[in-house]
Amino acid sequence: MNKIIKYVITDILRNKIVVIYTGFLLVASFSVFSLEDNNSKGLLSLLNIILIVVPLVSIIFSTIYMYNSVEFIELLVSQPLKRRTIWLSLFMGLACSLSIAFFIGVGIPVLIYQANWIGFTMILTGIILSIIFAAIAFLATVKMRDKAKGIGAAIMLWLYFSLLFDGLVLFLLFQFADYPLEKPMIALSTLNPIDLSRILILLQLDVSAMMGYTGAVFKDFFGTSTGLMFSFFVLLSWILLPVWYSTRKFNSKDL
Amino acid sequence: MGGHAEVRYFFLIICSIFNYNASANTIYVGAKRTHKNIRSAIIEATNGDTILVGSGIYNEQNLIINKSIVLKGIGLPILDGERKYEIISVKANHVLVDGFKLIHSGISSLEDLSGIKVYDSQYVVIRNNILEDTFFGIYIQNGMNCIIENNRLKAISIEEQQSGNGIHCWKGDSLRIIGNSISGHRDGIYFEFVKNSVIWRNISKNNIRYGLHFMFSNDDMYVNNVFRNNGSGVSVMYSNRIKMFSNYFYENWGDAAHGILLKEISDGYMEGNYFTKNTSAIFMEGANRIHMKRNVFENNGWALKIQASCVDVVLEYNNFIGNTFDVGTNGSLVLNQFKNNYWDKYEGYDLNKDKIGDIPYRPVSMYSMIVEKYPPAMILFRSFITTLLDKTEKILPSLTPENLKDSSPMMNKAF
Repeated sequence: MNKIIKYVITDILRNKIVVIYTGFLLVASFSVFSLEDNNSKGLLSLLNIILIVVPLVSIIFSTIYMYNSVEFIELLVSQPLKRRTIWLSLFMGLACSLSIAFFIGVGIPVLIYQANWIGFTMILTGIILSIIFAAIAFLATVKMRDKAKGIGAAIMLWLYFSLLFDGLVLFLLFQFADYPLEKPMIALSTLNPIDLSRILILLQLDVSAMMGYTGAVFKDFFGTSTGLMFSFFVLLSWILLPVWYSTRKFNSKDL
Repeated sequence: MGGHAEVRYFFLIICSIFNYNASANTIYVGAKRTHKNIRSAIIEATNGDTILVGSGIYNEQNLIINKSIVLKGIGLPILDGERKYEIISVKANHVLVDGFKLIHSGISSLEDLSGIKVYDSQYVVIRNNILEDTFFGIYIQNGMNCIIENNRLKAISIEEQQSGNGIHCWKGDSLRIIGNSISGHRDGIYFEFVKNSVIWRNISKNNIRYGLHFMFSNDDMYVNNVFRNNGSGVSVMYSNRIKMFSNYFYENWGDAAHGILLKEISDGYMEGNYFTKNTSAIFMEGANRIHMKRNVFENNGWALKIQASCVDVVLEYNNFIGNTFDVGTNGSLVLNQFKNNYWDKYEGYDLNKDKIGDIPYRPVSMYSMIVEKYPPAMILFRSFITTLLDKTEKILPSLTPENLKDSSPMMNKAF
């Protein structure tokens, strides 16, 4: 297993796309911090990068990588290895390399300019988001045999999580405006890892305190250590569930 | 502004005090003096006398001053109201109360028991006192030309019902409230039916309800005050011709908290005020002809909530920096004017280099309209979709009021 992980990591880290991705993140983060006059404003600009670019690159890159390694997977399957091991080690390799890319690209600048609890949360959620979207990509590839379809599905999933879901939330809000929706909103936010990460980071930035009652409700829940534990648990299950499901599918898949 | 009149009154008071001193006796009160308590000294005193009170604790019950005297504490003597009495009641003109520490007044909503209460009097000066754990602090009931200066008021109440106002003025003319610090009361400073008065250099913080509460008081001015962390900020209602200069409004947080609430206000003028970290810095409802100039709005949730019921409000040369939302409103009717303000969210350009942006700035964003209507939408704060909505709305305004715009936004800070 370790061998496969190591192979995947070195293979990906040598990949041009990942190098460019890392470089882009690095340049973007440094420029954001040096352009803005105060660092917390820089963090807010960085927030957009984390919430939009990181999931997109994660999911698309993972999908394409998986389709490109179909032959490699077939080769591995012919060896005396469990399918579970192959699939999980591929996932670990991909997740590790994407996390490393993110950590170098965003983590280092953040640690230089904002080495505090906020920056730490930001790095952590960024890494978790990278892994979550790799996991979702695995789900897409195991479901779709066709490469074009698979990539299309990945893009749709990204669009759903970063845009359509929020639109849906807005729609629900308008429909049920007469009801107290603060608590259902919290429940709803767990259905989207991007929303959950955004709220976690924003609460650290303490803008919520300015937002009156609604902000206070959110802060009351996500600001406490139980809320924090809960949201990290939810994020974790966003990794575990797709991985578990795709592993099960892969076990019985006709290659 | 009546500045000359104030100066004249001030000298009048000073002169009157000195005049009395010249022709009057001084009576000493203290443990080793003939007068062991203040009450007997007041009985002996005649108009114009000075009573000097040495340090110590005095249980005078309710001390009534019904002569024009100077009552001065030396070494901060303590007057204890034993949680039953109103501590000092002033019922004469030309009284000066200076240098006492008043503690534990009674609590009664029926009688509004206070630390010091002035009844129907003129030219009363209350200064350099410390009031702790009083129900109402200093209460002026129908006073004219009174000065409340350099007092420190601190209450420890938790509930609104169990606490009175710090400096409470009900009906008055030409009052001066200067350099006091007030905390823990219901309202820090309360004005009702008070005319031609000045509130200057006071600090009002951590009060349960309002830092400053104004009702039906016309032609007043407040300058250089600090209002911090009050339950609902500052509230100015049903008053005309109020002037506010260089006040600081900090950290008034909460859904119903405002840096300042302007309700049914006409002909006001605000200049040089600082609003920092409030949920909403200014909330205006039914405000007419208010002129706001050179104020700074920094890091507020909403810098300005201006309801459609406001008419002829003019905002110019203000700085809007780092606010989550610049302006919020509840309708599409706009009868107010924004000009030459600096907005840090402005993304326009300045081709002719006159430091004024060439395209207008619209301070009301689509998302702020949505949040105004559906507060739980706050959960989408800074999400991709709201940014997208704002951008499309900027290009094709449909929901946000068409006329609410700054046609000449500044490229750099206005001052």
